[in-house]
Amino acid sequence: MDQSAAQVQHECVTFTEGFDLDCGRRLATLTIAYRCYGALNADKSNAILICHALTGDQYVAEANPETGKPGWWNHVVGPGRPVDTEKFFVICTNVLGGCMGTTGPRSPHDERPSEPWGTDFPAVTIHDMVRAQKRFIDHLGIARLFAVIGGSMGGLQVLSWAALFPDTVFAAVPVAAAAYHSAQNIAFHEIGRQAIAADPSFHGGRYWAHGVTPERGLAVARMTAHITYVSEAALTRKFGRKLQDAENLSSLGDRFEVESYLQYQGSSFVRRFDANSYLTITRSMDLFDLAAEHDGQLANAFAGTKTRFLLVSFSSDWLFPTAQSRAIARALNHVAANVSFVEITSDKGHDAFLLDEPDFHRTLRGFIAGCAEHARLA
Amino acid sequence: MTKQMRVDLALIAGMIKPRSRVLDIGCSDGALIDHLFRNLGCDARGLELDMDAVTQAVTHGLPVMQGDADTDLATYPDGAFDYVVLSRTLQAVEKPREVLRQMLRIGTHAIVSFPNFGHWSLRLQLLFNGRMPMTRTWNRMWYETPNIHPCTIQDFFGLCVADGYIVEAWLAADEAGARQPWRRSPGLANLFGEQGVFLLRKA
Repeated sequence: MDQSAAQVQHECVTFTEGFDLDCGRRLATLTIAYRCYGALNADKSNAILICHALTGDQYVAEANPETGKPGWWNHVVGPGRPVDTEKFFVICTNVLGGCMGTTGPRSPHDERPSEPWGTDFPAVTIHDMVRAQKRFIDHLGIARLFAVIGGSMGGLQVLSWAALFPDTVFAAVPVAAAAYHSAQNIAFHEIGRQAIAADPSFHGGRYWAHGVTPERGLAVARMTAHITYVSEAALTRKFGRKLQDAENLSSLGDRFEVESYLQYQGSSFVRRFDANSYLTITRSMDLFDLAAEHDGQLANAFAGTKTRFLLVSFSSDWLFPTAQSRAIARALNHVAANVSFVEITSDKGHDAFLLDEPDFHRTLRGFIAGCAEHARLA
Repeated sequence: MTKQMRVDLALIAGMIKPRSRVLDIGCSDGALIDHLFRNLGCDARGLELDMDAVTQAVTHGLPVMQGDADTDLATYPDGAFDYVVLSRTLQAVEKPREVLRQMLRIGTHAIVSFPNFGHWSLRLQLLFNGRMPMTRTWNRMWYETPNIHPCTIQDFFGLCVADGYIVEAWLAADEAGARQPWRRSPGLANLFGEQGVFLLRKA
């Protein structure tokens, strides 16, 4: 059942009974790449699913085998961490449409297995990603997840989990998230997609046939996106108007430090991410609008929910601002749900959810401990 | 996490039936909801304006959301709670009458405590100094106090009559929240009680 994907061998499971997508198309095979940490208890009641963000992966608490970089949520997940792998069985899967082993544009085409899907890969939604995760959770024989936790696009998945499978989710923690992708967020994504499409190496998405990758376009997409992940205050604090190895901007080659930083962000990204995956996943975020599918009433998405929620936002996050989390909290009030909601003071912008933010980590740890008590896990 | 609870919170807890649904508005660090969950088996939640207090409460595993009594109560459905508690906050909200109305919309009972502006020491200070009184409770200058709607125990009885709320129980308490023996006489309670504590329901 296990199969290899790309260059690195990711831990995978493949389902061959077909997988229906929101767009009406059907994938013949669904491969889920995953990582698990800790031990599942006897009654399978201590599982926590971590949902990763747009460019995240399943290597949440260990070095990424492709980049060698530490796990992207090392601060949050691990032994003795807020999501304690000594107490909980922690699962993270690469999202549907991703490029780290789960079925996505880089996977073999259903009809022409000798070549990848490329831009032929169907449009997927956040709900599709969640249903794929659910398929994997079912495969593990886990009837109820103790918690589903994720930030940014991971937070969208958490909301989708709570809306689609309320009885499967005891506790839900959407961090730095929103119930829909705003026009501004879609606009920034579109700049990235246009940059990729404009790269001569893109070849209409069939770059793999030409042995190239649209590195310039993907780097510009990442650079644009990266600006939205940080705050003006954080950029000023880190770089200000400092110049890179120069006294003044006397030649065209001289640069501000912030430029060089952004270029580094772009170039390190293209080595690890597939452009078609980027197109697919950004689109799935754009399509997300939980209220729209419930007659415009977000509260209806959570009617009758028994799930305990913790909503977390960061004060300087302008991509998924606090007002968005507050709107979710109010919608949950409408259905008398059990909601905790905090805004963490930070000048690090949207990225704060990935960084060392002690107040966030203390809050998450306490919420999990409280839920464990209510679930009689403690 | 069993800790010593403020005496006035203990008085309020004494009015709440076990295993009921409770919303504590202005719950601070969540001491009351912690007590209600742990000792009375209640489904108790909190709403708190101050973000540091919210973070502290959630860090202790308590379901508390950051929000404002003046604006957020409207987001709860009718009858969602058996008790809605507002302790020592009524005088600081923008629209006390509306907050009270919302409390009795979303809950079958409202429990309200507030510092009594009719206490003799305040009356004497105003009488003899001609200046706004300053006490342990009323300890900020008039131009910076958050307590923008002070009222007396008699005033509160008046509002309950005007808006048709039934006072199921009431008592006066001293500053620390210890019960005071003025229960038979609102007039004496209004003179000698430092706080009023009321259990209300809709007619």
